Amino acid sequence: MALLLKGGRVIDPKVDLDGIYDVVIRDGVIQEIGSDLSIPKGVTCDCTGRIILPGLFDMHTHLREPGYEYKEDIESGTRAAVKGGFTGIACMPNTHPVADNSSVIDFIKKKAAQSAHCRVYPIGAITKNLEGEDLTEMADMLSAGAVAFSDDGKGIQNAGVMRQAMDYAKMFPATLIAHEEDKSLVGSGCVNEGPISTKLGLPGQPGISETIAAQRDIELCDLTGCRLHVAHVSSYHTVDALRDAKKRGIPVTAEVTPHHLLLTEDDLSTTYDTNLKMNPPLRSKEDRAALIEGLLDGTIDCIASDHAPHAPHEKEREFERAAYGTTGLETSLSLMLTHFVAKGIFGYGTLVEKMSDAPRRALGIDTVTIEKGSCADLTIIDPNYSFIVDTDERESKARNSAFVGWELTGRASDVLIAGYFKMRDGEVVE
Amino acid sequence: MSPLSSKHLLEIEDFNHDDIELVLETARSFAEINERSIKKLPTLRGRTIINLFLEPSTRTRTSFEIASKRLSADAVNMAGSSSSTVKGESLKDTAQTLSAMSCDLAIIRHKFSGAPRILAENMDCHVINGGDGIHQHPTQTLLDLFTIRERFGSIKGKTVGIVGDILHSRVAGSLAPALNSLGARVVFIAPPTMLPARPDILGGEVVYSLDDIVSELDIVYLLRIQAERASKIGVPSLREYSNLYCMDARRAKKLSKNALIMHPGPMNRGVEISSDLADDPRTAVLDQVTSGVAVRMAIMYLMLGGDSNGATA
Ligand SMILES: [Zn+2]
Ligand SMILES: [Zn+2]
Repeated sequence: MALLLKGGRVIDPKVDLDGIYDVVIRDGVIQEIGSDLSIPKGVTCDCTGRIILPGLFDMHTHLREPGYEYKEDIESGTRAAVKGGFTGIACMPNTHPVADNSSVIDFIKKKAAQSAHCRVYPIGAITKNLEGEDLTEMADMLSAGAVAFSDDGKGIQNAGVMRQAMDYAKMFPATLIAHEEDKSLVGSGCVNEGPISTKLGLPGQPGISETIAAQRDIELCDLTGCRLHVAHVSSYHTVDALRDAKKRGIPVTAEVTPHHLLLTEDDLSTTYDTNLKMNPPLRSKEDRAALIEGLLDGTIDCIASDHAPHAPHEKEREFERAAYGTTGLETSLSLMLTHFVAKGIFGYGTLVEKMSDAPRRALGIDTVTIEKGSCADLTIIDPNYSFIVDTDERESKARNSAFVGWELTGRASDVLIAGYFKMRDGEVVE
Repeated sequence: MSPLSSKHLLEIEDFNHDDIELVLETARSFAEINERSIKKLPTLRGRTIINLFLEPSTRTRTSFEIASKRLSADAVNMAGSSSSTVKGESLKDTAQTLSAMSCDLAIIRHKFSGAPRILAENMDCHVINGGDGIHQHPTQTLLDLFTIRERFGSIKGKTVGIVGDILHSRVAGSLAPALNSLGARVVFIAPPTMLPARPDILGGEVVYSLDDIVSELDIVYLLRIQAERASKIGVPSLREYSNLYCMDARRAKKLSKNALIMHPGPMNRGVEISSDLADDPRTAVLDQVTSGVAVRMAIMYLMLGGDSNGATA
């Protein structure tokens, strides 16, 4: 089985590659990168005008299976991932039952082997049933295929438990992904505390409710030496805390979502649009600016969608009762291409770092490289394709999106995993 | 066509100054009718009004009900306990069901902010917010404005102190911005624990001490303390709250003789207001209740197609 990708702009900053090249893939492995290459038989794919990147990775998604398949399942969620240009994703453990033991991890791996369209890396819970009290069997879950641990959605409220989890996890070593939220400061808060919470009469949560939890975990990270990854940073105080931590050499990484990079609480104005209800909430203009600055100066390592699919009836209700989150797998890349790459805020090299290399490194899994002998996991981008974000044309089961109606330019046109097309010309391959 | 600029009254901001003026003018003529022995008008005969009170409130519901009956509308009550929402039906479903029954106006009281908007988005008829969460209570605001105007003639230039739990008060949530936009000076008088993150957004200054400012106030608006929630809303005890913020005889002495003491009711005597002062001539609590019916008649009447002359015709 041979495949020739002809005339695309191939970019991989890890091996200093950026230019128009032909790429020959044989048996799933990159065999040659060069000019005027040809193959005696096999498939030739014209990539003129396209950008070929190492396969993108989303380290923070919710696939909802097992337990909430009415929202999303491994099949539909990974279809959405491929459509959005990802060759691999990690999925959070807040399923039902919770992925807090090896049999659930095992189930996810088996289900993914049968029905997934891309690579799936399960994340196990840190504490049993996400209750924040008793540690899970991390070793057992790691051998079943878990790659990291997180109590995403809740966060661990008890500092002693977090310390114990970090002490335990560092021996493997395994990364702990922290959903930073000090519940005693959050209360029933469902939007950022500030002008919008005041105006709309919605309970607010201050940005520092995230920072205080993050700062606690940073100190524990320093104490224990366990790898810590801070999920969905939203507040400028947290960016400052992370910057300081990195200066001190503490092994912490962090991610930011496209919605926190592109939206603020002001977008809620007076509409009570539950598509904009997030946890952590959309914050102020100042927070947003700090997130972009943190992303650019390396304080924030990667971009992850926090893909949070929900059924319509869970969003179409009173704001305070509506489910948190937005889908993101199908919009992340296009949002970044439109609002960052096309505007010259950063280039494709940074995009690869933030959406392919850094998330894999944060989880401790191998990065994808475009060089001779590497496994051909590739994302091919059509930078000129324009479309309007529409909830009816989606691969995800869910329709909730904070970006409905946005006009975007640039998308993944093709996705290859181990040399096989998982998406071809914008269509997910069956 | 309704002479009002907005189809719905979801927030006080939906009504511009002309709308507010028109409502208050119209309410005055209804107030006269309410003093007659026969108070009923045929104006809204054949119109159907639904009272959707998903959070219990006898006072507001009764006021709306009397208002609609005096206009001869058919008023249907849907109370929280009997409503289908407790059976798991979503508010959107409820709205669509009611819409299918083609009513003309729905009044909604709900414990979550923004709920009236869901109703308005899913129904063809007019929607009035009868109080939503900790957000707004716009008809209360209009009756308060009416009461103030009846006493002072004008709102502009008056200093209004709103006392108590501003953070959790939908009454303050719509009254403060309305007073502010009509040219009054609004002062929130509360401990920091009872203030929203950005009081300035609502149009008020902040003073912690009632004693410091009471002599400057033309109007003291006392908010109801949810006594059962005292510890959760940021005061150590009702006793301490009342020591700091209760309108009592001692503070009333410093208050101007023409001042107005207001309260949306029901009052906790001895907490927000001392018992003797509740019966002081400066206290307008019963006027507020009376105004409530007239103002709500005016809003319904104007919404469902009346003009300002029709009220007396
Ligand atoms: Zn989270
Ligand atoms: Zn999440």
